[in-house]
Amino acid sequence: MQNLFNTLNNFFLIGLPYIALTVFLVGSIWRYRSTKFKVSSLSSQFLEGRQLFWGSVPFHMGVLFLFFGHLIAFVIPRGVLAWNSHPVRLIVLEVTAFIFGIALLIGLANLVYRRVTNPRIAVVTSRMDYFLLTLLLVQVVTGLWVAYNFRWGSSWFSSVLTPYLWSIFALQPDLTAVSALPWVVKLHIVLAYLIVLLIPFTRLMHFLVVPLDYIWRPYQQVIWYWSRKEVRKAWTPWSLQRPKNN
Amino acid sequence: MDVRAQISMIFHLDKCIGCHTCSIACKNIWTDRKGAEYMWWNNVETKPGTGYPTKWEDQDIYQGGWEKKNGTIGLRGAGKKKGLLNIFHNPNLPVIDDYYEPFTYKYLDLIESPAMDDQPTARPVSLITGKPIDIKMGPNWDDDLSGTPDYARKDPNLHDLSPVEQEAMFQLERMAFFYLPRICNHCLNPACVAGCPSGAIYKRGEDGVVLINQKVCRAWRMCVTACPYKKSYYNWHTGKSEKCILCYPRLEAGYAPACMHSCVGRIRYLGVILYDADRIESTANTDTGNLVDKQLDLLLDPFDPGVIEAAKENGIPDSTIKAAQYSPSYKFIKEWGLALPLHPEFRTLPMLFYVPPLLPVMASLSHQDTAQGEKMDPIAKFWNDNWLYDTSTEDLWGTIEQARFPLKYMANLFSAGDEEKIKTVLKKLWAVRIHRRNVTVGDIAPEKVERALREAGLDAPTADAIYKLTSLAKFDERFVIPPAHREQAIEMLEFTGDTKGSIGFGFKEKAERGL
Repeated sequence: MQNLFNTLNNFFLIGLPYIALTVFLVGSIWRYRSTKFKVSSLSSQFLEGRQLFWGSVPFHMGVLFLFFGHLIAFVIPRGVLAWNSHPVRLIVLEVTAFIFGIALLIGLANLVYRRVTNPRIAVVTSRMDYFLLTLLLVQVVTGLWVAYNFRWGSSWFSSVLTPYLWSIFALQPDLTAVSALPWVVKLHIVLAYLIVLLIPFTRLMHFLVVPLDYIWRPYQQVIWYWSRKEVRKAWTPWSLQRPKNN
Repeated sequence: MDVRAQISMIFHLDKCIGCHTCSIACKNIWTDRKGAEYMWWNNVETKPGTGYPTKWEDQDIYQGGWEKKNGTIGLRGAGKKKGLLNIFHNPNLPVIDDYYEPFTYKYLDLIESPAMDDQPTARPVSLITGKPIDIKMGPNWDDDLSGTPDYARKDPNLHDLSPVEQEAMFQLERMAFFYLPRICNHCLNPACVAGCPSGAIYKRGEDGVVLINQKVCRAWRMCVTACPYKKSYYNWHTGKSEKCILCYPRLEAGYAPACMHSCVGRIRYLGVILYDADRIESTANTDTGNLVDKQLDLLLDPFDPGVIEAAKENGIPDSTIKAAQYSPSYKFIKEWGLALPLHPEFRTLPMLFYVPPLLPVMASLSHQDTAQGEKMDPIAKFWNDNWLYDTSTEDLWGTIEQARFPLKYMANLFSAGDEEKIKTVLKKLWAVRIHRRNVTVGDIAPEKVERALREAGLDAPTADAIYKLTSLAKFDERFVIPPAHREQAIEMLEFTGDTKGSIGFGFKEKAERGL
């Protein structure tokens, strides 16, 4: 029994993260390079707009806040612990995070409801979409469950999970602290790996192409197939001039 | 001076018969695909009317185009700040019901129905869900329905017409309408390009065609909001936006775009225009009253040696400069001053110009109306069955001064509200008619003809040239397409062997959703 438990722990907490990260990296690059046309957020707002607002906006706000929350605890655990050293600040952080978690849950629930009930949206929903929504729903529920029942998450994440995650990245996996965690927390971790693994095969891909360069680029874009001055010079061998847009 | 070339179009609205052949030609080539059924890259609207999508001109609803605030222009509903803040949900995006839900009929039921007491019917089914629907709207749903309360009276261009003017406009005896065919304007200051967060939309340097790179489009949908003409469409199946491509594969091969080639009324002209790219920004920023004049100022004289030299300096081929000199667009817009842009107040500097229609403006006179009847020529009184289009008032400009159709309405469409501009164009059109009537029938006093031409700012040879290009022009005169110089840019298109129903020209991937 203990043996099986160890094997499972090893697979889900050591094997899976490496598989997930590899698949994510290789898969995303592969998908972006080979099927660039299909890298898209696949918006369905055109078919239904009003319900989407109450789904998409709270969902994305919640995801953004919580993703960066987890990231900060991963990158600067000491900073989080220092912040949490004062009880008021700890409570402010936990309550804020929990509110964003609730927003995320409400948004997600609205999105699921919209996908299931609207016949137009059902047409543009794939089986993977349903699977992904279910996965996210379970993930959010376990996350809220953990946050509510095992206080205070921001502190023990920084002291227990961060060393484990760093050990994964340092290629020296160390399960000592994690293997003792309750199964709900482990489930939450495993589902997170699963979501990372699925990114290249789902619409989650769109978060990799957030158009931040829009902020810096000039509004108008003119593309020349040919350098219009170079091409008219007799000494420009035209075979060297590649069209810029193909 | 940064000289660039632009393919520019002229639509002569007096000649449009509203047959929709252009729309069908376009649909058959480009948009008979899943997700694109509702798209009409080319559509023909009845004006006054609400158009497609419904009330597209009302930017209070759709928030399209540029607006001038504190001296500079910015996108009304998109742009860097609004676009990125609203990236999770675009509050200004039209939904499919603003266009119409595409449908077909279950024709097979007519054939495969078992014997019954009742005749089988072909029920309409949605092309999205495949389920039976009640059709609420369709393409050109308001076709020819001008005057009706649901359509014509909700035309956004009526906003500054007084109720009296509107009532007069929709009286049964006076009612008039005209057709407004629309394609993408391939603007010089395109709002869709500026609104695209991914940078997928661009203006092609060589000929000014505005295109969406399907491989870079990420379905943020801001171009649909940004384009004030609503000529960028979201394909709900592929998750990409699409728009009129001015049939660039045809243009490169020397053919006219399909809508223009197939035009029954021969209302469409296409030619190269040289313009000064340095002044685009200042022109788009100018005051509303000067917009049309400044936009026309941008267009350069292709015979001016200075312009030719600057064009050559910029690498514009001699063949393009020559095409610009023969361009029908240049003649209509600059030489003759007959063509105006549609809704210049959107500040996108559209490169599709319209010759405003004279026919719906022409006075309708009934002989019971004695005051007007006195002014009629005897011949018109005799042929009293065609009084509705009688134009033979004794006043020279009677038809325009006593327009049946408020010029203000036309001005809201084509000159940002400046009635004088419309009047100038209509006078020219009318003077050409008087001149030609004199030439062919000869029943008009020569002084009257001379006065008409003089007051319209034309002379006899110009009037003849206008008449010739308007009425007799052959294919090669209507479409002066510059060679694309594929010998230099042989790789403009990678792959030309695609099939019907695929994504589009030069595209190898399947048109399916990206999962």
